[in-house]
Amino acid sequence: MNTTDLNAADLLTIPADRGGCPFDPPPSYRKDTSVSQVSLWDGTPCWLLNGYREVRAVLTDSRFSADARHPGFPMLIPGRRELLTQKPSFLRLDDPEHSRLRKILTGDFLIKRVEAMRPGIQRIVDDTLDAMLAKGSPADLVAEFALPIPSLVICDLLGVPYEDHGFFQQRSQRLLDSTSPAGSVRQAVDELTEYLTTLAAKSTEEGGEGILGRLAARGDLSAEEIASNALLLLIAGHETTANMTSLSTVALLQNPEQADRLRADPSLIRGAVEELLRYLTIVHAGLPRVALEDVELDGVLIRAGEGVLCMLSTANRDEELFAAGSELDVERDARRHLAFGFGVHQCLGQPLARAELQIALETLLRRLPQLRLAVPFEELKFRTEAFVYGLRELPVAW
Amino acid sequence: MHVTVDQNRCCSSGQCVLTAPAVFDQSEEDGLVLLLQDRPAEALHSEVRTAAAICPGGAISLSAGQEVGA
Repeated sequence: MNTTDLNAADLLTIPADRGGCPFDPPPSYRKDTSVSQVSLWDGTPCWLLNGYREVRAVLTDSRFSADARHPGFPMLIPGRRELLTQKPSFLRLDDPEHSRLRKILTGDFLIKRVEAMRPGIQRIVDDTLDAMLAKGSPADLVAEFALPIPSLVICDLLGVPYEDHGFFQQRSQRLLDSTSPAGSVRQAVDELTEYLTTLAAKSTEEGGEGILGRLAARGDLSAEEIASNALLLLIAGHETTANMTSLSTVALLQNPEQADRLRADPSLIRGAVEELLRYLTIVHAGLPRVALEDVELDGVLIRAGEGVLCMLSTANRDEELFAAGSELDVERDARRHLAFGFGVHQCLGQPLARAELQIALETLLRRLPQLRLAVPFEELKFRTEAFVYGLRELPVAW
Repeated sequence: MHVTVDQNRCCSSGQCVLTAPAVFDQSEEDGLVLLLQDRPAEALHSEVRTAAAICPGGAISLSAGQEVGA
């Protein structure tokens, strides 16, 4: 393959302009064909997958690797290859190593276990909302509601003190920001790793009850393995759910008839959260994989060593699966969506994310029916630059 | 309908338990799929088909199965 075959229009930029509607995938990520060729920032060619079937096929095919240490693994921005460690989290490992580490944690996210957490999550949601109401209208829904809820929940689960939230939230955001200089990302990773390593050592001594203490007490994981996996849980645990909560709130405020349907029948909330996950697909930059062998996909030959990007956001708008997919419809059966990814790497924390989103959104709709934007919609600041899409702040009034 | 599951392919996502709780459960220790009944009543077929379709590991297989009297 020859990079000169690619014209400038095929350059994949991150962040990408969202075009007219901030809920729709960036126009530059949408191609006419389900498999198309793009060029990354350094001129490396890469395959962009837009179709639901193709994305699912790659994410369930062990001939495609999630291990970023492979030379052809697509790096979306400069400076990130230099940040790779020799002990990545299970997110960036293939089986059997991936499965060995992930299985240590799957018991914490059983459907039954998460269901049992619901009363505790409801208390956190109510207390957080009480505090926001006490401060008064207007408020920033991101800082006062969407971010504290999942942060409190994941801190409790991991055994991380919530009073440190300023420290880890600020560094997590820097790490997920595609415009952060590489040195600043390196520093954030180092500081978070040191923080979690110290906490893990402390909880071994004190017999801490959270996941972190349990990982440390096992004795078969290195300090580096514990830190990289705890870091993954910490970041994935609060950044994703926080952004889904704020973005879902705006989507419902912009579609008031949908919010009215949810208020009229709160039993719709479970299905509505699936539809919001599909419609908003906050992991918007594409899941990277590298082919380990030659693979033919939809008539296109992807050669060993070439990178692919699975665009979950466009796959979730695939009209073959989701008719009128550009519209939010809280009564649609959206359960086949790929917002949590697919295959062996599909989100470990999805039962917890669902419970948090269902409870937070149901409570917000019920307790604040008069909620509205405090600034014009056009002035909202969307996080186009972040690997997890969302809002930087969300000024609301009631 | 005859249902089989393959624990070696299971990723413990729990999607089947959410979708068809009368047919699927998870092991307490690591969340691997447990089959509660391999010949579910017809009323459950639709949710079992959805569970099989959204299983991220492709761990659920469905076959036509010999129905009694068929």
